[in-house]
Amino acid sequence: MKPAPFAYERARSLDHAIELMGVEDARLLAGGQSLIATLNMRLSRPQLIVDINRVPGLDRIALSNGQIEIGALVRYAQGERSAEIATHAPLIAKALPFIGHPAIRNRGTIGGSIAFGDPAAELPACFVALDGEAVMAGPSGTRVVKADAFYKGLFESALTTRDVLTAIRIPAATGETRTGFAELARRHGDYAMVGLAATARAAGKALGDVRLVFFGVGTTPVRVRAAEAALAAGDIDAAVKAVAIDLDPPDDVQARGAVKRQLAGVLLQRVARQLMGEEA
Amino acid sequence: MSERFHDITLTVNGEDVRERVDARKTLVDFLREDLSLTGSHVGCEHGVCGACTVRVDGVVVRGCLMLAVQCDGARVETIEGVSDQGEIADLQTAFETRNALQCGYCTPGMLLTAQELLARGGVPSRDEIRAHISGNYCRCTGYQAIVDAVEAVAQSRAGGRR
Repeated sequence: MKPAPFAYERARSLDHAIELMGVEDARLLAGGQSLIATLNMRLSRPQLIVDINRVPGLDRIALSNGQIEIGALVRYAQGERSAEIATHAPLIAKALPFIGHPAIRNRGTIGGSIAFGDPAAELPACFVALDGEAVMAGPSGTRVVKADAFYKGLFESALTTRDVLTAIRIPAATGETRTGFAELARRHGDYAMVGLAATARAAGKALGDVRLVFFGVGTTPVRVRAAEAALAAGDIDAAVKAVAIDLDPPDDVQARGAVKRQLAGVLLQRVARQLMGEEA
Repeated sequence: MSERFHDITLTVNGEDVRERVDARKTLVDFLREDLSLTGSHVGCEHGVCGACTVRVDGVVVRGCLMLAVQCDGARVETIEGVSDQGEIADLQTAFETRNALQCGYCTPGMLLTAQELLARGGVPSRDEIRAHISGNYCRCTGYQAIVDAVEAVAQSRAGGRR
């Protein structure tokens, strides 16, 4: 199908974008790899598209105060080539190759994925697993929201219709940081049937601060705290059992809920091995 | 006031183009309908099939997931231009000799996507080739021959044996 008619405006600056978003029923256009598909299918029929692709300064990757800040307009392909992301945000580096296909990764943006918040997408789960922060600008200034408080429901986040996500910040990896990532998809690059992003801190032979975040299993990225505690106690079997109890994925186009729950346990075992350093 | 129609200036296959476009028109529809460049195909229109693959500012993109109005000032290349330049003549020959196209609908997208991988140099593994073209559907399902063709060109460009 073809999109319904809309007006288009190219934002010159962040302030200009925020001003334009004051119009009723306006949508921000970043990489467009989800938005334009929904426009084409007429699942979305905004009055105005505000294109932020040429707003300067939103595509930077910078390290400061022990955090790595990734600008909202950093494209997946740019992230894949980034030495800073490889070194300081290894979980993001692991996840990026699983997102879409080369042509999608050339356009899609890290900020767009975080802001859109598709519960089946990789980066929102990574963002929560990394205990990151969202930096957003709106009419009354800049706000910072922690990842645990960012996603509120299906495609619903702390962002209001007037806010522009400008960057995410995540703690830079240290020598003790462990990360794990795995997903199962029918075709490489498709949305996963189920996926898992994880972080932990190595404490001798044990793990501390375990964060396990599944995607494709609910209306938002889903943390499984009982499994996190079991894994921190070194008990993978108990963690798998806890996941089977705590997750109740709905059936969707990718797989039935029971299949997703079963696969979640399989992924947990794989990711636990990554966290424990048995697989680089 | 925000407008629906915009004047855009861009280059398409090296030629200057100036057109007035409706904001809702996708890049692939603009190329096909306004410029009569029908080598780029329209398949799923939501980014899944890869039939609409074109290059914008040197990288492959989905022609259905970019608006023409976004291409103001951009350098757009389609299968027509890339083909005429001779940039992928060896790849096209390999597709032909290895029967890597049947109906041909996916072929322009396959060629441009494969060329992006080949342009990195080296000889990718068959798994890497498959992962790279995973976003391009061939509904004749002739993938084996497509992977053969891409692999052969990678080897010959690297100076190896066929």
